[in-house]
Amino acid sequence: MRVWILAALAFTAFAQPVDFVKQIEPIFAAKCYGCHGPNQQLSGLRLDVRSESLSKVVARVSGAPGMKAMPLGTAGLPAAEVALLKLWIDQGAVYPQRAAKAGTKHWAYQPVRKPAAAPNAIDHFVRERLAREGMAPSKPASRETLFRRVSLDLTGLPPSPQDAADGDYERFVDRLLASPQFGEKWARHWLDQARYADSDGYEKDWARPWSWRWRHWVIDAINRDMPFDQFTREQIAGDLLPNATVEQRVATGFHRHTLTNREGGIDNNQFRFENVADRSSTVGSVWLGLTVGCAQCHDHKYDPITQRDFYQLFAFFDNAEEDDIDAPLPGELGVWSRTAAEYESKREALIAAYKVREVQPAWEVDMLDAFRNPGRRTDWDLAWDCLLKLTEDGDGGKIIKKPAADRTEREKRILENHFIRNYHFAVGQKRYKEVKFDELDKKLGELQAQYPRLSQAYALAENTTTAPSHLRVRGDFKNLGPEVQPLPPGFLPPLAPRNARATRIDLANWLVATDNPLTARVAVNRIWQELFGQGLVKTAEDFGVMGARPSHPELLDWLAASFVESGWSRKKLIRAIVLSETYRQSSEATPAMVEKDPENKWLARQSRVRISAEGIRDAALHAAGLLELSRVGGPSIKPPQPDGVTAIGYARGTKWDVSSGPERYRRGLYIHFQRTTPYPLLMNFDAPRSTTAACRRLRSNTSLQALNLLNDPVFLEAAETLALRVLREGPSDNRGRIEAMSRLALGRTPSAAELTRLTRYLDTQRTLFAKEKDLPVSVIPNVDRVEHAAWAGLASVLLNLDEFLTRE
Amino acid sequence: MIDLIQNRRRFFQQVTGGIGTIAMADLFARNGYGAEVKKPHFAPKAKRVIFLFQEGAPSQMDLFDPKPELRKWHGKPLPPSMTKDLKLAFIKPTAAALGSPRTFQKYGQSGMDLCDLLPHTASIADDLCFARSMQSDQFNHHPGQLLLFTGHNQPGRPSMGSWALYGLGSESENLPGFVVLSSGVGTSGGTDNFASGFLPSSYAGTMLRNSGDPILYLTNPKGISAETQRARLDAIRDMNTMAQARTGDAEINARIHSYELAFRMQSSAPELLDFTKESKATLDSYGIGQEATNAYGTNCLLARRMMERGVRFVMLMHASWDHHSGINQNLPKQTKTTDQPAAALIKDLKQRGMLDDTLVVWAGEFGRTPMSEMRRPEDAEGAGRDHNPNGYTIWLAGGGVKAGQAIGKTDDFGLNIVEDKIHINDLQATILHLLGFDHTRLTYRFMGREFRLTDVHGEVVKKILA
Repeated sequence: MRVWILAALAFTAFAQPVDFVKQIEPIFAAKCYGCHGPNQQLSGLRLDVRSESLSKVVARVSGAPGMKAMPLGTAGLPAAEVALLKLWIDQGAVYPQRAAKAGTKHWAYQPVRKPAAAPNAIDHFVRERLAREGMAPSKPASRETLFRRVSLDLTGLPPSPQDAADGDYERFVDRLLASPQFGEKWARHWLDQARYADSDGYEKDWARPWSWRWRHWVIDAINRDMPFDQFTREQIAGDLLPNATVEQRVATGFHRHTLTNREGGIDNNQFRFENVADRSSTVGSVWLGLTVGCAQCHDHKYDPITQRDFYQLFAFFDNAEEDDIDAPLPGELGVWSRTAAEYESKREALIAAYKVREVQPAWEVDMLDAFRNPGRRTDWDLAWDCLLKLTEDGDGGKIIKKPAADRTEREKRILENHFIRNYHFAVGQKRYKEVKFDELDKKLGELQAQYPRLSQAYALAENTTTAPSHLRVRGDFKNLGPEVQPLPPGFLPPLAPRNARATRIDLANWLVATDNPLTARVAVNRIWQELFGQGLVKTAEDFGVMGARPSHPELLDWLAASFVESGWSRKKLIRAIVLSETYRQSSEATPAMVEKDPENKWLARQSRVRISAEGIRDAALHAAGLLELSRVGGPSIKPPQPDGVTAIGYARGTKWDVSSGPERYRRGLYIHFQRTTPYPLLMNFDAPRSTTAACRRLRSNTSLQALNLLNDPVFLEAAETLALRVLREGPSDNRGRIEAMSRLALGRTPSAAELTRLTRYLDTQRTLFAKEKDLPVSVIPNVDRVEHAAWAGLASVLLNLDEFLTRE
Repeated sequence: MIDLIQNRRRFFQQVTGGIGTIAMADLFARNGYGAEVKKPHFAPKAKRVIFLFQEGAPSQMDLFDPKPELRKWHGKPLPPSMTKDLKLAFIKPTAAALGSPRTFQKYGQSGMDLCDLLPHTASIADDLCFARSMQSDQFNHHPGQLLLFTGHNQPGRPSMGSWALYGLGSESENLPGFVVLSSGVGTSGGTDNFASGFLPSSYAGTMLRNSGDPILYLTNPKGISAETQRARLDAIRDMNTMAQARTGDAEINARIHSYELAFRMQSSAPELLDFTKESKATLDSYGIGQEATNAYGTNCLLARRMMERGVRFVMLMHASWDHHSGINQNLPKQTKTTDQPAAALIKDLKQRGMLDDTLVVWAGEFGRTPMSEMRRPEDAEGAGRDHNPNGYTIWLAGGGVKAGQAIGKTDDFGLNIVEDKIHINDLQATILHLLGFDHTRLTYRFMGREFRLTDVHGEVVKKILA
């Protein structure tokens, strides 16, 4: 120890700078902040911000004679810590805030300036950079590769063999941009960022039957090429827009994918706090590319985001409440209105028959008593807790406290439903059976199922009464710091509120204001990332000081500026990129290229990118002609999955009822996402777990993926059907059939060597299956089963190839 | 095969050629499960881990931490000074105390206190290190389990097993490096407990399932013989090799490798599950074939067999100890299920000389209250205990653990810790220490921040170390 101290002192001048956050703050936090931190400042000393009395601190903690040693009750700090503290002070006592101020010079916080460029700006900037590296662009990709690439990138689906055979590239691009599948593909990227899921998360993990309504909105908005600034406004503050439409309120569902814990004893205030904090961090990640969540407990260690900045952003969402609304889709209202009265009268009859209105008032009195006098009757305590946790689509605790006359129709219904379903918590099963509410609950469910319902949506609504927002010391929701106003981070351009107090609309307008340096850059980078496998800024989630620098800063700014000039059109931006020669070049790599630029940062080639979890299933089903594309949007689906997958979790109430008919062949983005037990394919192929914003996906390569593709009935069915398709529709010779299958699966015909290998495999399969009794294909009239099995084997080979899983 | 190894070698040469360590970690990860032993920060005491997770929170004062004083208070509320500001999941702090009906004795040379329900655990008392002062800061199951396994109470972070694999790599060429077994009724945490969070999915725990395919999609479908499957794999490999030559993409080599490992897994997983070569004495010791112990015993034996086969981290989830009601009737059922197999595992590992470098942890996500929970006031027999994160007991054994001792102390009721508080993050720091890591330096960068298993906390518990 002593040697170390001497060494530390001797090398002060040359020593590595002491890191406040890593080395000093842990000492302060453990031993000093209790009395001299953010909460209290005994003797006026505060150590978490720079103080002039630091030199005295050193004397105290080293136990200098004649002074009371600190921390109180000790002889001082250990010598090594004193030495470190001295070294840090000698180096200027650098606090992170100082580093943070320096961070304001960071490139991403400077205004976007559109650089002058030739007409083909993208290629111009890329080539200029390549030339500086002594590299040259690659030759154009083959027609087959290019058509498959752009089709997968724009719609998530491989092209049809005709597309590549006779299409003109530019016209093909326009057709893809106009197809409804474009919205499905690009909605998925947005869903990742919004942490979209169909269930609550945590133990109970209740299904959220109406999550999809927001997804439906996203697909539609992207298909209509809603300008990104409007897309932003509606999702951040659609409910606050003048004469907000239902669709605009549905858009705020972006913020409703936060998790919900329904376990006992959860503090609803804590939960609300965590949700609001999550919303704030998510907006920071998604629109600004900033890790603002890091400042929830303390000032950001690297970026100039203070804790106050975080809670100012928090304040925008602190005043919003969750709001579940009727959100009928076109066509629903008419049918509903013709039957609503009949449904209501039948429902009323049931309610009356079971004397609900005679029992409920007494229950309410007892419930409120349990709320006011907890601890007296354990059964009613539990019933009260259940009201807080288990009310569906609303806050039961809030409703019951309102006088009955002040409740809205919707609130009355929510409370009544809860009462019928959960009365036993208060009175026990015996009494519950006596009043037969279990029977009533079942009948109400059956009645509901017979009548059309309006689609519902999870939205946000602004509180009519504005409560002040507070900074929370060390991120502890109970520890209120100073009051804060809704404002954006101080180091970014200021916000001009329309009224005294800024609202989410002001925030939305600020995000898409022309002087905001981040939003457009972040957005175009994420689009670029999906078209090249990685962003110009590789860390698409972090544009801050610790993030990667842009590989092509001028190109990034040119794209950002053009995006805004084009009226924030996603489609125009994508069109411009995919028409560039940079996009259209080959992704094949020579050893020299790999040597020089292993990560393909300089874009001397396109990238080979493994397609997404959903995309792999889509492509396989599509090749087989099974994929159901006739409907866009709508509720989630549950394709078959092995028994027992959901049994791992607790959410057994959520049964995996397999979708029937064509529904089960809908695209992967519609697969019901159950947070605690997700559909296995999605996890095996790196879909995000939907707990926080995912701004880019990882791409792993594992043997579980191999097993998934080799043996999952979904892929076997695809192989079997693809084989049948070729046997029926294709030519009758081996070669012709192999070529046809290859065109369907890979978008190209095989080389001579590949053809030889595949033919050899086909022959082996025929020999093997001729001996096999139990053939792995169904019986199809007029189809030779051995032939079918052999061709299904061949199809399976193609659907397992790296090339099939990869967009080249 | 030789080609394959050369390809892999070439692949790694390419990797180590010109890329920084972060990119390298990425590429290693993408390569999946193959054996790639990585270096820890210092020499590890334990090379692998079996985590016997007792889901639902076993009652410490009925099993490991006798509280005679509590009996005197039975039926009365605890002193108000103790319950002021206390917040619990289901009951109010003023609920009546529930004395334990269990009898305790001292066992082994160490004189360990254990209750009458744990005769088998008693027989290995000197091999165990009890920590009676465990502290969680979550009183609900899901957040509690997330804290225990990922170091943080919200979902999205990698599990302990993922971190171990990320740090140490896998020693097995044929099996995943992080395997999860389950018995009982399922856990609150679901797959969040063994997910890889922001680490690549190759670090996620692989579930070895109890019914159907032991690993999802492991078995060839009907009508596909091993020969047919091999022919299919050969064709895929040859086609992929041609694509590699055409595209120059090293990732294809990794994919070829992942298919070969999948094929090997198809034969090694059934071999793992095949107990015919185990002696009858071994099977009996784990209670295999007995109704009460069969499921848990099978998993304990599987855990040992996986340790032998180079699996890095086995997480055995057993549910559920969540005795909110009828604890006096239900606790004996659980101990009957778990006591014998867990003790057999320790003895078996010891006998095979494996306990020295295998760490075994037996823990729930928190403990239970000294106060009673009575969901129906009229039903005293149905009394149970609520969740208590403020002081509970776990045990550790094996590599680097100082056995035959009980660390820490709770108060006379078993409500709060009075000595040697061990927070969950401290336990994690200690487990990583035993695996050869400084927990503050085993980090992964995500969303602009360095993350670690112990979040921003944790200190190694020196008293646990041998």
